[in-house]
This record gives sequence, structure tokens and C-alpha cells, in this order.
Amino acid sequence: MKQPREQDVPPRLALAHISKSFPGVKANEDISLSVSPGEIHALLGENGAGKSTLVKIIYGVQQADEGTISWNGSPVSIPSPKAARKLGIGMVFQHFSLFDAMTVIENIALGLDEAVDREELKSQVAAILQSYSLPLDPEREVHTLSVGERQRIEIVRCLLQKPKLLIMDEPTSVLTPQEVERLFATLRQIAAEGCSILYISHKLHEIKALCDSATILRGGRVVATCDPKIETTKRMAELMIGAELRKIEHGKATGSGAVRLEVKGLSLRGEPPFGTDLESVSFEARAGEILGIAGVAGNGQAELLTALSGEQLADGAEAIRLDGKAVGLEGAGPRRALGLSCVPEERNGHAAVPDFSLADNGVLTARHRLPLAPHGFISRASVKRFADGVIKLFDVRTTGNAALARSLSGGNLQKFIMGREIGQQPAVLVVSQPTWGVDAGAAAAIRQELVDLAAKGSAVVVISQDLDELLELADRLCVINEGRLSAPRPVASLGIDEIGLMMGGVHGAEAAHA
Amino acid sequence: MTSTMVVSILMTLIAASTPLLLAALGELVAEKAGVLNLGVEGMMLCGAVAGFAVAFSTGSTGIGLVAAMAAGVAASMIFAVLALSLMANQVATGLALTIFGIGASSLIGAGFVGRTVTRLQPVFPAALSEHPILRVIFGHDILVYLSFALVAGVSWFLRRTRPGLILRAVGENDASAHAIGYPVVAIRYAAVAFGGALAGLGGAYFSLALTPMWADRLTAGRGWIALALVVFSAWKPGRLLLGAYLFGAVMTLELQAKAAGIGWIAPEMLAMAPYLATIAVLTMMSLGRKTGRLDAPACLGKPFSAS
Repeated sequence: MKQPREQDVPPRLALAHISKSFPGVKANEDISLSVSPGEIHALLGENGAGKSTLVKIIYGVQQADEGTISWNGSPVSIPSPKAARKLGIGMVFQHFSLFDAMTVIENIALGLDEAVDREELKSQVAAILQSYSLPLDPEREVHTLSVGERQRIEIVRCLLQKPKLLIMDEPTSVLTPQEVERLFATLRQIAAEGCSILYISHKLHEIKALCDSATILRGGRVVATCDPKIETTKRMAELMIGAELRKIEHGKATGSGAVRLEVKGLSLRGEPPFGTDLESVSFEARAGEILGIAGVAGNGQAELLTALSGEQLADGAEAIRLDGKAVGLEGAGPRRALGLSCVPEERNGHAAVPDFSLADNGVLTARHRLPLAPHGFISRASVKRFADGVIKLFDVRTTGNAALARSLSGGNLQKFIMGREIGQQPAVLVVSQPTWGVDAGAAAAIRQELVDLAAKGSAVVVISQDLDELLELADRLCVINEGRLSAPRPVASLGIDEIGLMMGGVHGAEAAHA
Repeated sequence: MTSTMVVSILMTLIAASTPLLLAALGELVAEKAGVLNLGVEGMMLCGAVAGFAVAFSTGSTGIGLVAAMAAGVAASMIFAVLALSLMANQVATGLALTIFGIGASSLIGAGFVGRTVTRLQPVFPAALSEHPILRVIFGHDILVYLSFALVAGVSWFLRRTRPGLILRAVGENDASAHAIGYPVVAIRYAAVAFGGALAGLGGAYFSLALTPMWADRLTAGRGWIALALVVFSAWKPGRLLLGAYLFGAVMTLELQAKAAGIGWIAPEMLAMAPYLATIAVLTMMSLGRKTGRLDAPACLGKPFSAS
């Protein structure tokens, strides 16, 4: 491990030959790595590469089958998260361990191993919030907070225990660029104070910007250890996915095609108490183009998607036109039949029924445009053929068309859902967060499919919080902000900073702190 | 209406409300921990019969009460093992527990039908407890006062103490609580046992205080009203107290109307009143809220396995 500045100090954490098997799969195999005091160490790998298992072993959630863990030079066993915290290991999970109906301070109290007096805890929390300049109101209930604020609760929870090693699991997946910047500043400050950080991610430019060293995992094994500041992102990505990265190839025809989806003055009341009202949203999407809609979560994206899909009807038929036909008052079924397909952000429970097989999930949306259920009777043979086709064409890793949707990893289920919609050759495809939580290889494949679909003459609308993705995919970009949509602009004319500010603009206080 | 009549009505009201309050409070704690135990009626019957049998055999109502609690806990543990450890469906297991409780209490109680025991005595001396007016306050047995103390205690426990915070956390998000390192299943066992103990006491109130004589199905469906009360209270002990007395009042009204021989309304209509009130209140609460969430613990009824 390259750490010239910390030669004589024993590593804060050293793993030697860690292996862990689950029935049917070797999650970790002979993994060794070490993290020095004050070092920010990246753990890089695709979904299923074994990062989560390894981290769970370090944090005491699971036990390794083989191998040793050393802490400050001496071997230790970590039988439980409590033991890990006792050593000085703190962890911020990707899916926050938060309790929505409780206040920030209650959530923090729950994360502590000993009972701390309420007033005493309040002053400790206030001190941490101030010294790391983190804006957070301790008395708010968690469900009223933004994702960035929720993450801060977890960070404060960890910092209260004065950790020596902080594990961050995919911390930036849902943050705005400004929130990411603030998080990085906080992490650098924490590291400068001597705390080591194990940073798990598959976002390479972040690792390049933040980390001192990186261990790359693939298929449960260490494939490389490198200095991310020197290594190119392309090389790291290739190490991570074990193949050459596919470059997205854009089609030529953009923006000049016929208008396929026209939205005019679409307004919608958001569902109280957390919904956002859509206010007179207008845009059009043309054949052959990808229209990107950027924005921070909770600014009306969910409402826009339900309004387009037909789950919520518009005020008038004229508000939404599909290939010139007014469909504002049509429900989801008729719109699908006409060729308007929507893929919502939440895969399990919205885009797919978790306890249905892939084949059955295929029928649910594809029956409108494909002859899967003639005269109301499901044709098992065609359904299976359709599902198998999607699985094969989109490289969905699964045991077959009978596998339950919930048994698939997020990325694989997303590939299946995208395949199901694209396979119907929709006139317009609206998709929200197409690659959220999807590993780099699968994300590239999904993006390529979107580009190909547009090239075939469909209009594609991508709603995403991932700016890199939108800049890579979209021909034109608009920003949704408190239910209002900005006028679209060609992507070539926009910088990421400009969009970031447009996105964060509404959250005045937040932006001011950035 | 004379003052003695008012006192007598109030005494009936308190007596009718206490078992509801006890059983519902126990269920509230179990549900706060995320466990939906529909076996309240069954646990009450187990407590009722065990309390009666032991009080009859030993001649001590005090030992009877302890036995009732033990029987309630034992019945709740059948549920806990099935629903929490073996992860059987909570709704089905709870219903089965009720059916089991009805059968078991019938079987054990068969030899006691028509027998009587000494009624649970008032706590305070006769000078106070039999005073024509003051007996409204001092004329009750230990369980009435205990039920009030428990409302305050449970409320304080859930809102102010760390174990209470952890219990709520387990009901709110079991996966997170587990990830932080709390023993989710053990906490739920404890909450279910507490619910069983209070249901047992609530049942014993029928057999040892209200009618100190054994009869089949003595609790007459009050366990179901206790379950509805928990929803009615939006999982808040203070409102539970209010709800229990509201339902107690409706039931008392029914009895009083029958006793007074009011002819213009059929007694069956009055007998329906508590249940109609339940439906009406639940509907009003759903309409009053936009979220439709009713403040239920988010993990209520969801099985949890640490994996």
C-alpha cells in the first residue's frame, strides 16, 4: 500500500486474507487491504463485487469465514456492530438507519450505545454541527428532511462517538453537486483530524477528487490497489468491470424530428403533506431526441412522472398530447396502448410487483402493445418468450423468467424493466432515475439502450438527479424546481456548475452554505 | 336523577372501562414495538379462567391476579414463538390465539361454571369506599387504580425513557434498529409479554371483579374493542384512556337504557352502539388525515428476520 507519509505507524485497519461465503456464492475471497490513520481509502467495485459484505464484516454485522482483522497493529475480533463502535469504527449506511417518525435528536440518541442525558446530548450535537458547519435542526422530524440532511444525522451520530475509522457506503448517490461538495469538505476535515475513512463508491471522479488510495474489487476479489489521483478514471473503471468500458454512441438525428410528446400548461396538486404542486409545466419531446429533466429530489419529479404516466389525470385533455392526440384525460392503460411508456424511480413496488415473477411483471405493462393476453386470457408461451427475450437482450442476470422480481439486484431488475418497456417500441419513453443504484457496466448498457431507442425515432424523457448522466445522455436539458420546469436548453451550451446552481437555487439556505 | 343514581352510573362506567383500558394498553405497547397481536380476546380469556381457577382453589384473589397475568403471558408466548421466532403470519397467528383462548378457557372452566369466588375488594377502608358520594373516587379495587397508573407509566416510558425510545424505534424501522445493533426480536418478545400480562389482568377483571362467577366466553368480545381502541388512540396512551372511557360510557348507556326500560329503541340497537361507534370513529379519523397513515408504527405486523 502506498502511504509514504505514514511509514512507521501501524495501519489503523488491516484486513488479511478475508473470505466469506454464502450458500451458492463466494462473496469475499482472500481480501487484504490496509488503511492508515487519516487516510481516505476508496473501496471500489460494481454491485455484487463484495463491497457490502466486506464492510459488514468490518462493522461486525457479519463474521468472516477466514482471515484476520487487525486494528492499530493488533488482531481483533468484531462480533457485533457494538464491538465495532467500541473500537472506534463508525458507519454511514447507504440506506440510512433512520426512523422517519422521530426527531433528529431521538434518532441520534438511538445510535448511541449508552444513554446520554437529553440536554447533554443536545449540547454535544450542537457543538459538532457548529465545528463542522453542518446545517441541521435537531428538533425536526426526519421525514421532513432532505436526503442530504438525513445523511448529516448519520454523520453526526458517528462523530459523537469520536470514531477512528469512518465507513461511508455510497454516500453521494442521491446528493446534489453542492451537497456533495459540502460532504467532501466535511470528510476532508474529519480525515485531517486523524480519522481514517473507508469510502465505498463506484463514482470514479469522486474517488479521484477525494481519496488517497483505492482498492478495487471484482467478483469478491481484490483486482488492484492504486492511487486514484494518478490512475485514470477509464483505467479504474475497466479494472472494476473487468472489461473495456463501452462508450455511448449518440445517434445523429437530434431535435429536428416531429413532436411526439407535447405537454402544455400541465398543473397538478401534489399529495399532501410532502408532495409538490406542478405549476403549468410545458415542454415538448421530439422524435430522435433525449430530453433531460434535472432537479433535486422532491421538486415535483414524482408528480411529473405520475402525470405523464396517467396515474394522475390532467385538468384537460389538451394538457398532454401524444403524437398530436390529446391524452390528458386518458388513464395509464390507454396511454400505454398509444405508446407512452413510463418507468418510475421505485423499481420494487411501482415499476414491478416484487412478488411476481419476471414473466408476470412483463405482462403487466407489455400486454397493451404486444399480443401477450389476447381476448383477456394470458398466453403463457408468448409471455415467457417475451420475458426470455428481454432477459437475453438486456443481459439480466437471473435464474430465469420465473424468478421473483424482488430476488433480483437493483441493477438487474432495472435492466429488465427498461428492456420490458423498450421492447414495446414506445413512441415516448419517460424514465425516472434510470441508473440509480445500478453498477457502472449495467448503467452504460441502459444508457446505450436509451440512445438507441431515440435513434429509432422515439422520444425519450429522462428525469434524473445524476447530472453526469444527463450531460452524457441528453440533447436538451431543463431543470425542475419547486414544481416549475425551466425552458429546455441544448446541453452543449450548459456547464455542470450552472445546472447545479439552477437545481439548488430554490433551497436558498442550502445553497448559501455550499 | 338523584346523586346516588349518578354515582351508580359512574361506578358502572369505570367498571366497564377498566378491562378495556388494561387490555388495550398492553396491545398498544406490543404494537408500538411493531407486533400486531390479534389474540387479545384469547389472552383475556386465558387470564380470566386462570385467575378464577386459582382464586377458587386458593381462596385468594391476589394469587388469582398473579395467575391471570402468568396465563396471559404464557398465551402471548405461544404467539411470540410462532409469529416472531418462526415468522408465521401475525394476523393468522393472532386469530388462532383467540380461537385457542376461547377453547382453552371453556375446557378449563367447564368444572367451574356457576361457581363463585370472593370479589376483588376495594382498596380503601369502608368509611371511604362505601361512602355514598366519595365511593366514586375511593370505592374501587386495585386494578382500577393500577390502570390509571399504567397509562401514566406507559406514556412516560414511551416518551421519556431510553428503553421506550428503543421500543418505538423497533416498531418504526426494524431493519434500521437491527443495523444499529438492537435486539429486535428480544424487544418484541418483551413487548408481547407485557401485552399478554395486561390482557390477562383485563380478563381477570371480568372473572374476579365484575362478575365473580365463571361463565363461558366471559369477556364477550371486549378484546376486539380493545384492539380497535389502540387504532382509535392513534397509539397514544392518553387518548387510549379517553377512548376506553368513551366506549365504557356507550356500554353503560346500553345497560342503563335496558334497566330503565326505554321502549322506543330496540335493545339490539343499543347493543350495537359500541361497535358502530368504533366504525364511525375510525372512519372519521381516516377522513381527517390526508396521509391515511394514522400514525401507525411503520413496521406494524411486518415479520422481521435478522439476516
